Amino acid sequence: MSTVADVRAAPAAPSPPPAPPRRQRTLGRRMARYKWLFLMMLPGVVYFLLFQYWPMYGAQIAFKDYVPFLGIQGSEWVGLKHFTDFFSNPDFPRLLTNTLILAALGLLVAFPLTIVLALLLNELRLTILKRTVQTLVYIPHFLSWTVVVSLTGLLFAVGTGPLWTALNGIFGTSTDFLTDPDWFRPLILLQTIWKSTGWGTIIFLAALASVDQEQYEAAIIDGAGRWQRTWHITLPAIRPTIVVMLILQTGEILNTGFEQIYLMSNALNRSVADVFDTYVYFTGIEQGAYSYSTAVGLSKAIVGVILIFGTNWLAKRFNQQGIF
Amino acid sequence: MASTTYQRFNTRAGRAFDVVNVLLLVAVGLLAVVPFVYVLAGSLATEYEITTRPFFLWPHEITTDSYASILSSDIFLRAFVTTVVVTFVGTLVQLGLTALMAYPLSKVDLPGRRTIMMLVVFAMVFSAGMIPMFLVVKQLGLLDTYWALFLPMAINPFSLIIIKNFFQQLPIELQESATIDGANELQVLRHVVLPLSKPVLATFALFYAVGIWNDYMSPLLYLSDTSKWTLQMILRQVTASAQMSAEDINADVPPPAQGIKFAVVIVATIPVLLAYPFLQKHFAKGMLIGSVKG
Repeated sequence: MSTVADVRAAPAAPSPPPAPPRRQRTLGRRMARYKWLFLMMLPGVVYFLLFQYWPMYGAQIAFKDYVPFLGIQGSEWVGLKHFTDFFSNPDFPRLLTNTLILAALGLLVAFPLTIVLALLLNELRLTILKRTVQTLVYIPHFLSWTVVVSLTGLLFAVGTGPLWTALNGIFGTSTDFLTDPDWFRPLILLQTIWKSTGWGTIIFLAALASVDQEQYEAAIIDGAGRWQRTWHITLPAIRPTIVVMLILQTGEILNTGFEQIYLMSNALNRSVADVFDTYVYFTGIEQGAYSYSTAVGLSKAIVGVILIFGTNWLAKRFNQQGIF
Repeated sequence: MASTTYQRFNTRAGRAFDVVNVLLLVAVGLLAVVPFVYVLAGSLATEYEITTRPFFLWPHEITTDSYASILSSDIFLRAFVTTVVVTFVGTLVQLGLTALMAYPLSKVDLPGRRTIMMLVVFAMVFSAGMIPMFLVVKQLGLLDTYWALFLPMAINPFSLIIIKNFFQQLPIELQESATIDGANELQVLRHVVLPLSKPVLATFALFYAVGIWNDYMSPLLYLSDTSKWTLQMILRQVTASAQMSAEDINADVPPPAQGIKFAVVIVATIPVLLAYPFLQKHFAKGMLIGSVKG
């Protein structure tokens, strides 16, 4: 069959894509050869058009006064009205503050902890112990936010929860941690650390495993201590990985994790719990302000894209490898 | 080399660090599971023990009252069956669609491949958000249907790219010889490529399954019919309320006020934990395949 020759003609190595072989063939005959491949791809392409690109098209209602009865096309254009409404809304500074504080806690506390845990795991010599600890710390990643929030609820349950009893015993108080606004952020951070630190180490452990061992031998001969080896060999070696993960994290700054925040918020802690994600839900789904909430979501997505490209640009300026 | 490696740790400070490190990491490992063990113990304890003993990992008196109450509840059993079926079907659909799209994209000579890859990557970086997605689901008539629980996120762009990269680095010779024997591309995928990709597919099957099983946002957004609720919705309902009566969950056995919360958490988690050991050995590998740019 002639197809075999074509497949051989295409080198296995990727970029740049090879020129199509046998130019004399008509487009139709080439298509026939790829018929099966196109057919197989069709459902996936339809998925992307329906559930990824149709919503992007629909996002234009952020610039319209969307009336379901009139449809996306029929609704009236209003320009940036919803955006200016949002930015001048008294809720806006509070939402921004809450979102940024939660993001900063994640970036400044949870993210470095992941690297520290990976470094410590890397220093474990006993393979069985290392495997066991890894297996255990990955588990929380697979639990749902509903379960994590329920666990929190049981551990901090007023009167019966072990952590409620312990913490109030230590401080001599009787705080209800689940409704006290002062405790909302610490609890969110605690949950995030518990759920994601272990899983986050995977990528760093892989980077650590590929560090050239001979450098350590050389450093030892030169009399470098453990700390010096970590600082001068290990960390520089995994710096590209750290930078890439940091760029990805930065892009997520405004995505606070809808489920976690939504499930942890209640009537008493709303002042610190409201973030952009939950605000979109409350105004859009519960109050039906579709255009307004789409404008909020769109502002958030655009800032996210700018942040990702911005950090990437910065990383490249400082001679680090970016992701693009 | 072995001797120097050994020397590197053999100082007194080095050994002290090792001991501290081992203790610290054992503590971290235990912290990851202790809350869960506490809830497991609580689900098997009497109401009296839960309310009087602040913390325990093994109940004095073991009782299955909480589970008996759950299992006698129509609402709960229906949610459990719903979740199992939706997760199973949803995972098959999602993994099927992903693999089916990844295979053609792994052919570097496919016309239009770059355009489609760009569509995929753009969808990964930019998403229109909750409300436009909600309106699309609504317009497709998927509100209050089980389809809404897995179709809107059927193909995860990250997973698609990783699986594509994996297919791409498989030896081309096997696929060619199958083609010589007269197999079409679908047959090549089924009989040559997929069998070679079992570990990767298992990994992503786990991710998809866990994603559907754990999902709270989709049922919250798309299901207003409470009879269609999934386990996570019921779990939320049970643990967020101060007290449940037998009528609330339509149970024959009156639920213990606290015990039922513990038991529901366990039931909502156990299936995920049961699948975990079988797939655990694959996922670190599966995760990293995609880091090779293709």
